Amino acid sequence: MYSKSLVPLAVASVVTITTALVLVFFYAPLDADQGFVQKIFYIHVPMAIVALCGFVAGGVFAIRHLRSGDRSWDMRSYVAIHMSIILGLAVLITGAIWAKASWGHWWLWDEPVLVSFLVVFLLYCVYYPLRFSIEDPDRQARYSSVFAITAGAFVPLNFMAVRLAEKYTHPRVLSQTGGSLPGEMRLTFLVALLGVGLLFVTLWKLELTAKHASMQLKRLRNRARVAA
Amino acid sequence: MIAGARAILRKDLLIELRTKESVPAMVLFSVTVYVLFHFGLDRDSLDGELASGVLWVTLLLAAVIGVTRLFAAEREQGGIDGLLLAPVDRTSLFVAKAAALFVFLTAVELVAVPAFALLLLGPGLGGALPELFVILALANLGVAAVGALVAALAAETRARELIVPLLLLPLLVPLLIACAQATEPLLRQDAGPEELGRWLSLLSLYDVVFVLLSIAVFDFLLED
Repeated sequence: MYSKSLVPLAVASVVTITTALVLVFFYAPLDADQGFVQKIFYIHVPMAIVALCGFVAGGVFAIRHLRSGDRSWDMRSYVAIHMSIILGLAVLITGAIWAKASWGHWWLWDEPVLVSFLVVFLLYCVYYPLRFSIEDPDRQARYSSVFAITAGAFVPLNFMAVRLAEKYTHPRVLSQTGGSLPGEMRLTFLVALLGVGLLFVTLWKLELTAKHASMQLKRLRNRARVAA
Repeated sequence: MIAGARAILRKDLLIELRTKESVPAMVLFSVTVYVLFHFGLDRDSLDGELASGVLWVTLLLAAVIGVTRLFAAEREQGGIDGLLLAPVDRTSLFVAKAAALFVFLTAVELVAVPAFALLLLGPGLGGALPELFVILALANLGVAAVGALVAALAAETRARELIVPLLLLPLLVPLLIACAQATEPLLRQDAGPEELGRWLSLLSLYDVVFVLLSIAVFDFLLED
């Protein structure tokens, strides 16, 4: 059911990510200020963007679940949030490495994007204890969806509030939108973004397939037990 | 809808008046946290950023207690079934619960804010009162909306005492930012509002978003 087009997707992500890595190391020019360390940007920022999109997608799937009552949408929402949390952890780690290398500190409270991301990450981590402390499957799906929608609406609000709280704007080394990037860097960045996005979709489908298969297996086992 | 909400609110306020479970506990908790901050920071009086931070963190932590207890009576006595069987829609239940929380928070602040001024605050509170009232009212509205939603979300879980603070506190971060920043200039020696409009508009936006959102999703909670 979910495994359709999994193989082409996997191939596409391998090809795109390999291309992105080749571009990162052999094509994109070295940053004049930061040198080699700046290359972490090509993995850090795409992961952050994809993780946030994953959280938002989780909210959208949750809305569809509440509208239709079809629990497979809740499963999609759950897996999207699950993948985004894993990516989010990687974003925080690569962000800390980048901050240490270019500003000399592991953590900077005056970097609004990083701080907002931490708050969002902390909130989404509560998804697991909430989801798994509800036993009834229907209620679990409904409550998780309510959480996913609430948290999805919280994400932009939080980014806005944290940004307003800055005393002064941090000198931007690179515009995060890629708007002011030189051509080679922008191309590399876009390919990397596409690669991480494809990887996310592939892993999401894979996880859905695995969850679906294990649920079916459980159902069949139960049926076999009843028959015996 | 209004009649249903009013009846539930009246019931909640009556229960609180008779059992005195939430509000006194929240007040007691706030004063205890002031004492902790006094020793933790080793300061006799605070002003500016530190004062505003201590005040708001304390109030929000006290709010956690109120949110944890919000559905306590229904859960322990089985009253939730009665509420769900009664011909009132979920929105009136939400409105009533949020209103009850709003009243509790206001009652707590009537004691906890003067206590803060008495125990820890360096500069007097006198000149800043009107602004502070507006900030407190907007903050209570936001906490009430988010709190009622979180309380309902956590009500059916096994680990609700764990879920409420973990869920509520990150959700309150934007509110804390707005409140602490708005209050900070009011608690300085040379008190005076500064950029107040900006923080009040952020606070109002937060309130609008969460009141509408909570009303929209509350129907799906406490269904069966």
